[in-house]
Formats: sequence, structure tokens, C-alpha cells
Amino acid sequence: MDFVAILSIFVLACFVGYYVVWSVTPALHTPLMAVTNAISSVIIVGALIAGAAAGSTGSKWLGLAAVVLASVNIFGGFAVTQRMLAMYRKKERPAPRP
Amino acid sequence: MEHVAVNPWVALAYLVAGVCFILALRGLSSPATSQRGNRLGMIGMGVAVVTTLVTHVPLTATLIEGADYAALIARVDYAAAFEIVAAIALGALIGVGVARRIAMTAMPQLVAAFHSLVGLAAVLVAAAAFLNPVAFGIAVPVLFPDGSAVALINPVSRVEMGLGVAIGAITFSGSVIAFLKLNGNMGGKPILLPARHAINLGVLAAILLLVAYFTVDQSPWVFWTVTLLSFAIGFLLIVPIGGADMPVVVSMLNSYSGWAAAAMGFTLHNSAMIITGALVGSSGAILSYIMCRAMNRSFVSVIAGGFGAEAGAGGGGAAASDRAWKRGSAEDAAFLMSQAEQVIIVPGYGMAVAQAQHVLREMADKLKAHGVRVKYAIHPVAGRMPGHMNVLLAEANVPYDEVFELEDINSEFAQTDVAFVIGANDVTNPAAKTDRSSPIYGMPVLDVEKAKTVLFIKRSMGGVGYAGVDNEVFYRDNTMMLLADAKKMVEEIVKSLD
Repeated sequence: MDFVAILSIFVLACFVGYYVVWSVTPALHTPLMAVTNAISSVIIVGALIAGAAAGSTGSKWLGLAAVVLASVNIFGGFAVTQRMLAMYRKKERPAPRP
Repeated sequence: MEHVAVNPWVALAYLVAGVCFILALRGLSSPATSQRGNRLGMIGMGVAVVTTLVTHVPLTATLIEGADYAALIARVDYAAAFEIVAAIALGALIGVGVARRIAMTAMPQLVAAFHSLVGLAAVLVAAAAFLNPVAFGIAVPVLFPDGSAVALINPVSRVEMGLGVAIGAITFSGSVIAFLKLNGNMGGKPILLPARHAINLGVLAAILLLVAYFTVDQSPWVFWTVTLLSFAIGFLLIVPIGGADMPVVVSMLNSYSGWAAAAMGFTLHNSAMIITGALVGSSGAILSYIMCRAMNRSFVSVIAGGFGAEAGAGGGGAAASDRAWKRGSAEDAAFLMSQAEQVIIVPGYGMAVAQAQHVLREMADKLKAHGVRVKYAIHPVAGRMPGHMNVLLAEANVPYDEVFELEDINSEFAQTDVAFVIGANDVTNPAAKTDRSSPIYGMPVLDVEKAKTVLFIKRSMGGVGYAGVDNEVFYRDNTMMLLADAKKMVEEIVKSLD
């Protein structure tokens, strides 16, 4: 892909992001931050490439360290978002107390 | 300008991942669709990770020597593959463990900590790409006549890499400071260095110049200096920002973590990373904007920092003791509310600190049994991050259709019998509407004083809110102050309601 093609994807995605995020209900802004956190860890893709590449030991270990960090974020981010979203309930439900 | 040939199926898989992420955020438009959205997000991440694992299997070259031939063949490097899987598993273990145990009141700290991890991961990936650019397909090996070889990184990739490492490092050190402040390891008061604006601008300019210089000279010192300066500027930027502005800071760092991912996506020509980066970047930016608007502060003034520094020293605090105010008891509060037709509860950060959300819901249930209509009014900056109060109320099983945003409920206070303020202060201060000299003038506030009676839970009359201003509501005829710990007071009200 050439630079302009990538830039096009980026600019269009910014617009998509703008409209999608404005439609998020304010009540879910905390889960929004948690889940954006999880998905921004897609940076793990770069970490995996570095971790799998031969040729530079330093690069490989930096990659593996980044894999661990991003993985904490991915699993932690999605799990905590799931936990929060499961708490949002409508009226007229049996109210279990912890 | 060679790039590793991209298999169209691989590019397609990353695109699918990107679309899944868009749908994940789209799902958050309503609590009813949010869980499905979150699952789509997980699927997207799964697609991205599996695609990368499959296309980047670690290989080792083995020399095969026969009687009359020698050949290098590639074999799967199982040890390296195991290391990668182990790294993912280790991260998963830590992540899920933390996510399960964390208290909902500690969510702002957790999010700040997670941001710091994204930032650090971006720095590490950028550094890895710098050390082994050929593996990332961003360099051409150049053979010099004297036999030495150098992997010359594409100039465009150098800019992307430089920006990626800079944003990542700022996200990391800034988030660490935000975490320490939110977690109470560091005072919430802003720390003001002399000449900090000059220092900050100088460091930022130096970073940009070095990134530009990086395109002509790919020496390691340039890359590492950019990294170090960026760590420093992240620290310097967040240290002077006070506790009250933390919702903006957390949102802003959220945005940065997205731009860091996008910059790395440019380096790797990966559409999933670019789409995600753009989504997260705009999400954080919009949240920062919403928070700034809710405080009537410009983004620049928040970044410049120092807000709340004059707390305590300000003029408003001194007058507090001289003015007449009414004190009420739990029994008074219980009686007033049980006779009411409608009660609006206004929660704030104090409720989170006192962990009063569960007992508050109990109180609301009792009131409903008395035939009282109960609603909750949430100010956008109540708490320490966007939506913080909503999560706490949800945790306490408050149905989300009883919880209203400022603009949807503000007109109702005039027809409400009791406004019950618990742990909120600045967001109810009418001075924001009338007093031009007030530091919070112009901030949209909840019109609690328009209710027939205001019940205001506060620890003591001495303290002021984070903005350091006295609240006119305390001294009004229709206000009854309930001075106690929020949780204890609500517990007593619950007892009195029986």
C-alpha cells in the first residue's frame, strides 16, 4: 500500500470515529474508555512481528515485552468492560444484593 | 521503497478486524447492544492476532549439507513460537486477574494504568522496529563498497516511527503520573515548576526538530533522544494539572494512546492498527472536549495546568464560618423524602470515595416503597473520569433508565420536592451562573437550588470543592446540611425510613 492509500484509510476512519463516538451514550463513557483501551492494544500486531522476527536479539526481546504489555491490556480491557456492561440493567429486575 | 508483498487475504483480515472495532464502539450507543459490541471487539482482536501469528511464524534457517549440495531451509522455530504464546498467556493472566478484582471506584486509576501500558508497548514496538527494520519491511539493505551493510530505513517510515515513539512515550509517562495522582500516591494538587511553559514548549520543539532531523540521519542517538525527551515531556505536562481536571487528562491520554497506535499502523502499513488508532484517537479527543465543555474551560487552559492551586487560599473559603446555615439530621431527611412526590439524587465523587452507592440504592428502594419517584442526575464531570458515576450506580443495581444526564433533567428540579446531593459540590454551585468573578463561572451546573428542599451531604462545613470556591447553596433557606460521612448518613436515613 502506498502512503496516500494508508492516509485515506486513516482520514476516513477519523470521520467514522467522530460520528460513532458522538453516538455513544454518556452513561457508557467509562466502558468506552476501557474498550478503546483494549482495542488500541492492537499494537500487539507490531509486537508479534518483532517477537517472531529473526535477526536481532534486542528487537526480539523488546517485541516480546511489548506482547506481554499489550496482552495485559487486551485481556484486562475487554474483561473489565464486560464486567461493567453486565452491570447495566433496566428497571423491573430482581435486585440481587452482593 | 520496497515493502514486503502483502497477501490480499491478510490485508482483508486486518480490515475485518478494523470493522469489528468500529462495530464494538457502535454497540455502546445503548446499554442493550453494548455487550454484543464488546464481543465483536474481542472477535476483531482475535482476528488481528491470529492473522499476525499465522503470517509471522518464527523461522530458523537450517543448513542441510548433502554429498554434493548445500541448502538453507527454513524451519519453524518452536522455541521462539513458544516464547510468543507464553508472553500472550502471561499478559492474559495478569490482565484478567486485575480486571476481575478491581473495585469499580478504582476504575479511573485502572484506565490510566492501562493507558500507560499501551504507551510503553508503542515505545517498545517502535524501538524493535528501529533495531530490526528489515523484519518490518521498512528498510532497504545497502551494501557499501568496503563490504559493510546498513539497513537504510525509508524516510517516511522514520517520521512515522519517530512520531510513534514520541506519542507512545508521552502517553506512558503522562499516564503514570495520572495514575499516581488518581491512586493517591501523589497529591492531587498541581505541582507548578517555574518557567514551565517555556520548558515544555522548548522540549516539544526539540522533539519535532529531532524527528525531522531523523529523516536525514538515522543514528541511534537521534531515536533515543526523541524517546527520552518524550518521556520527560509527558511527565512535565501532567504534573502541573490538578485533581479536578483529571477527567480531561484521562480522556486526553486515551486519545494519545490511539494516535500512538495509528502512528505504528502507518509504519507497519496495517489497516487494523490505523482504523483503531483513528477510532481511539477521536474517541479520546471527543471525551476531552465533552469534559472541557462541562467545566467551561478551554482545552489549552487545562493543559496549561495549575487549576485548583489556589484552593484554600481563595477568598470564598474564609466567609464560610460567618454565614448562617441549617443543619439537619437523618430523621429530618428521611421524613422530608418520604413525604415527597419526587426526589432527585445528585451523586458526586464523594459518593465514590465513601463507597455509598449500594446503600444509596437501598435508600432509593425504600423511598419507592413509600410511593416516591426517584431519579438520579449526573453531571458530566462528576467523579474522576467520564461516566464514572453511571458505572458506580450500575454496580449498585440502579436501573439505567432512572439515571439522567444534566441537560435531560435540569428543568425538572423546579418541580421536585427534594434534591439530595451526595458528595457533589462544584457541579451544584449557582455561582457558576451568576458570579462573573467565580473561577467556575460559565460552567453548566445542576439547578438543585430550584427544588423545594435541598439536602446536602458533606463531611464538614470547612472544606470546599476542588475548584476552591464556596457554594452558595449551603446558606440558602431551602437547604438542609447533613454533616457526616456520606455512607454513614445514608445508612442512618435508611434506618429512619423503616
